[in-house]
Amino acid sequence: MSTPARAPRPLVLASVGARLSEHAPAAPTKITVRGLNFFYAHTQALSNISLDIADRVVMAFIGPSGCGKSTFLRTLNRMNDTIPGTRAEGQVRLDGEDIYAPDTDVVSLRRRVGMVFQRSNPFPKSIFDNVAYGLRINRLAANRAEMEERVEEALRDAALWNEVKDRLKTSALGLSGGQQQRLCIARALAIRPEVLLMDEPASALDPMATQKIEELIVELKKQYTIVIVTHNMQQAARVSDETAFFWLGKLIEINKTEKVFTAPNEKLTEDYITGRFG
Amino acid sequence: MEHHRRLDRELDALRDRVLLLGGETETALQRAMYALVERDSKTAEEVLREDDSIDQLEVEIDRLCIDTIALRQPAARDLRFVISVVKITPILERIADHACNIARVAIDLNDEPQLQPFVDLPRMAAHASGMLRSALDAFTSGNAQAARDVIQLDDEIDDLYDSIFHELINLMVTDPATTTRGARLLFVAKHIERIADYVTDICELTVYMAEAAIIKHTN
Amino acid sequence: MMKNRSRHKPNLRRATSALVTSLTAACAFFAVTILILILGYIAWRGLSSINLQFLIDRPRPVGEGGGIGNAITGTLLLLAMASAAGLPFGIATGIYLAEFGEGRFASAVRFIADTLTGVPSIVVGVFIYTLIVIPMKQFSAFAGAISLALIMIPIVTRTTEEMIRLVPTSLREGALALGAPQWRVTLGVVLPAAASGIATGAMLAVARVSGETAPLLFTAFGSRFFNFQLDQPIASLTVQIYNYAISPYDEWHAQAWAATLVLMALILLINITVRFLTRQRF
Repeated sequence: MSTPARAPRPLVLASVGARLSEHAPAAPTKITVRGLNFFYAHTQALSNISLDIADRVVMAFIGPSGCGKSTFLRTLNRMNDTIPGTRAEGQVRLDGEDIYAPDTDVVSLRRRVGMVFQRSNPFPKSIFDNVAYGLRINRLAANRAEMEERVEEALRDAALWNEVKDRLKTSALGLSGGQQQRLCIARALAIRPEVLLMDEPASALDPMATQKIEELIVELKKQYTIVIVTHNMQQAARVSDETAFFWLGKLIEINKTEKVFTAPNEKLTEDYITGRFG
Repeated sequence: MEHHRRLDRELDALRDRVLLLGGETETALQRAMYALVERDSKTAEEVLREDDSIDQLEVEIDRLCIDTIALRQPAARDLRFVISVVKITPILERIADHACNIARVAIDLNDEPQLQPFVDLPRMAAHASGMLRSALDAFTSGNAQAARDVIQLDDEIDDLYDSIFHELINLMVTDPATTTRGARLLFVAKHIERIADYVTDICELTVYMAEAAIIKHTN
Repeated sequence: MMKNRSRHKPNLRRATSALVTSLTAACAFFAVTILILILGYIAWRGLSSINLQFLIDRPRPVGEGGGIGNAITGTLLLLAMASAAGLPFGIATGIYLAEFGEGRFASAVRFIADTLTGVPSIVVGVFIYTLIVIPMKQFSAFAGAISLALIMIPIVTRTTEEMIRLVPTSLREGALALGAPQWRVTLGVVLPAAASGIATGAMLAVARVSGETAPLLFTAFGSRFFNFQLDQPIASLTVQIYNYAISPYDEWHAQAWAATLVLMALILLINITVRFLTRQRF
């Protein structure tokens, strides 16, 4: 009997995170936050937040209601400016530049940092006009043909093109909830932002629509930095590369997602994830 | 509605790792028996060295399973699959350990003259090895019937064990000089018998995975 | 004892509910009936006098027939001018209050607008009389239009503000998040979304002033001739109806009924047209 041969053996893999996530390792930092304090009039909503968000990574913010995660998300594109009486202290840097500097052009900031909201908010216009709105006001298309190209590209990126390509001129309000949300994503993507902020994007949707949105996010992170606020921890686990846990306006823990969900450092984080409160 | 999920790719990758572990375990058993029968200590020592990589693979699969459960929340069939993997992996590692034990016996026995032509032991080992191969095939394809068929084959292992046991006892009683060697061979037979039992455990888990039926501790 | 009471209670509840339902239905029925009776009576009294001649001709002395042609054109002209002056002003103020109205100044404006909606129209007429008619030394269509506009503006302001406030914040935020400056959001997203509501408010204001008589008595005064010059007195349906109604002549009374019917038809036409034009396409 001859010596049975040994099977060839590939290299030992590191954690599943490295294999399950598809982003390039050691990405540069896209957003840097240092010592951020945020106030609604006299109430302090965020205390001394400091974190880094890497480029082309999905970062999830989790935490109980009222912990400040949505507030923090909105500081990243200064949407809180629309609420009177708010005040931000500290630094928020996008590609190294402080977005709260006095001479910041907020309008152009919002073109680089797009936002998708909890409840889909399509304009009462046609599907085409919804997606083209950002292109029109920012004059990003030189002519009609280019506009149509950009609209199609955005709808394809949002995995909506096949469902609406024959009815671009019909009202956006005639779409289902999940389709409307993907339309809002397409609308945000049309202007090619660098960062996409998503505030509980699937919380108003049924499970099938939610799954589509989640698959979309995993696909989108190849091109965009994505920050997603979610109250659904399982969604954060499924979708994100890194997770930040907020509680009462403070950042408690931030780490790679698989670490946070299998062996978090802080007891508070573990209590939240295991459902012992919140 | 068929659409390829990210989870499918990840579960396939997990299945591949398990098959890899199974293949290495099978190889370890075959090489250990070869070392024993052909009196080849070098092969035996290789088996002992390669056990490290089997252990590492077990740890890696464990971590993969935990991450899959934590990050993907598999449900129904997928959940049963991951749970089965969690349970099968240490079984395979233990089978590999038994193979190592057989290799150690081979090294010890090779210092002494051969006891007798091994007739039933290699046959018993080949049978167990075949059971392992079939069990892993059944697991890969999720075939509960094939798994049940393999469980039936354990009877033959038990019969072979009984006959080898009596044969060796007789030998040791009639010729006391053969006692140490005989005893070592008895242990080898025991190791193979344990291996076959482990294989039936694997088959029971395959049935659980495919049909959600827990058949262990039943006939 | 206790058991008996609880068994009767559901019947009592049901009876009360049925009673209140029938009462409210009766009131609604009553209101609608009154409305239909009024419209029907006007139609009955006025329809017989309506013919093409009546609608085209100007008033003639008693016995010679005549019509309300100049009153129709006069009313239309006054409404057009009043709308041209009042609507943009009122809508713009409404937009200001809705989009930027947080401070004390805005609260003051709002309060004044609310008060002005309650000012009797004759007061407005006297005001314009003093302000415009006396310096001009004559009654004029211009003065009439201004007085009507002054009545329209507070109404349009408040309804416009309400309609714009009804546009959900989420729509504004969606546009802002795409990098639109505030003015673009207001003009391009908020206004179109509120358009039909604003138009309805405007139409309400137009319909309201089309029935005003008192201010016109002091400003446009009235005329027996066709007039398209803005600095001259001008006839209007409402004043004409008033003049004919208080006259002693049956023929003129009949013409007053007919003119009333025409006025109601005009208001109805304005309603329908505006509703059609601003129907929600999206």
